[in-house]
Amino acid sequence: MRAVAVVGIGKTPFGAFPNRDLRSLAVEAAENCLADAHVRPSQVDAFHLGNFAGPSFVGQSHLAPYVAASVGVSGVPATRFEAACASSGSAFFHAFSIVAAGICDLVLVVGVEKMTSQPTPRVAEILASAGDLSGEIKAGATFPALFAMIARRHMHQYGTTREHLAAVAVKNHANGAKNPYAHMKKVITVEQALAGKPVADPLTLYDCSLVSDGAAAVLVAPLERAAEFTSKPVRVLGIAQTSDHVALDQKEDITSFPAIRKAGEKAYRMAGFGPADIEFAELHDCFTIAEIIAMEDLGFAGKGEGGPYVAEGRTCPSGEKPVNTSGGLKAKGHPVGATGVAQLCDIVMQIRGEAGELQLRRHSIGLAQNLGGSGATGVVTILGEA
Amino acid sequence: MNAAQVSPGSGEIYTETVVHSAPEALLAEAPYQIAIVALDAGGRLTARIEGERVSIGDRVDFVEYRNGVAFFAKRK
Repeated sequence: MRAVAVVGIGKTPFGAFPNRDLRSLAVEAAENCLADAHVRPSQVDAFHLGNFAGPSFVGQSHLAPYVAASVGVSGVPATRFEAACASSGSAFFHAFSIVAAGICDLVLVVGVEKMTSQPTPRVAEILASAGDLSGEIKAGATFPALFAMIARRHMHQYGTTREHLAAVAVKNHANGAKNPYAHMKKVITVEQALAGKPVADPLTLYDCSLVSDGAAAVLVAPLERAAEFTSKPVRVLGIAQTSDHVALDQKEDITSFPAIRKAGEKAYRMAGFGPADIEFAELHDCFTIAEIIAMEDLGFAGKGEGGPYVAEGRTCPSGEKPVNTSGGLKAKGHPVGATGVAQLCDIVMQIRGEAGELQLRRHSIGLAQNLGGSGATGVVTILGEA
Repeated sequence: MNAAQVSPGSGEIYTETVVHSAPEALLAEAPYQIAIVALDAGGRLTARIEGERVSIGDRVDFVEYRNGVAFFAKRK
């Protein structure tokens, strides 16, 4: 297996952009990425598109060649990866795999979602299609409802409180306010978070990530060629993708995401170290409880101790293990198919020392965790200085 | 007899939520409660709760299927 590096990154801002379509967002991120690596479209060996529901949100299918050709990439494999909210994490995992295997050298991975052209109830319906339509969704569950049931059980088993959940939202909003690419740049207080409009008890509006438009891209290459494209290559130290049941009621213990636990174990094994060596992380906070559980599943905090760990400030930028310095899905925004690659862009910016006001003091090894649905897909990636 | 006609019997609330922000089809019914019921017969089922609100650990009994969705109610 060849060592693999990220040699280029590109993003669009996240937000609600009524005048932008899916293709223009994806193309902007892709072109920024190619420019960052000084690579021409004709040099790209494969194009991977992470996208959850373009056919539902905007009606267009066959999206990978549709976007690739607009970037000037043609005559190579162009494939769309769909794994709900982990779509672009999965697209990246498969880019890593074919580069590591020596099948391709330069793989351009783009994640994109255009969500805000649909009214909110329709958005909820499209998102719900990532759950089990024949069971939980038919019974009236929405995605917030599924994570609300996870939160209730976590509170019951471990004493997690609404204040713990609010601490995640407050931290991520404070971080997002400093991120020029973030959808929401608004600092909130614990009191505001607790008094938010109820969505699905015990979750309020402030426990839920945002409905956003946006795109992000990374260029993957063999480490041995990285110097051709960048003076600051970032190495993939460990990576894994795993799967689990789609329906929540089929899982033995809903206070953990086994897909994340297993992906974390495999990624740590590949990297040759464990959670203590991770200096910072971007975790999939689609809902506040998800960040708490991810920290436990990845070994940052003991089982059931994730809530107090956040509330004590240990995951703030000045804490021992900064989490979601970008603002996370909560404040940076969550254009579903873009999220996995956007997390990787944020980690790469930190490792390169290019994170501006968000720059952390310790920034040589970072972890990204991307979750699909209520835990049916897990992708964990560990990046480090090459 | 298809699966939707077999009573799942009774069980215990494993987890629950009251949904305030409902999908389009259920807007008129919001807020409503759904729960994952740990069935006495084994396995778990996502169901709607009717009547009194339930909490984790409460005993519930099957009421009926409506449009393929199991409805349970708190045991009196």
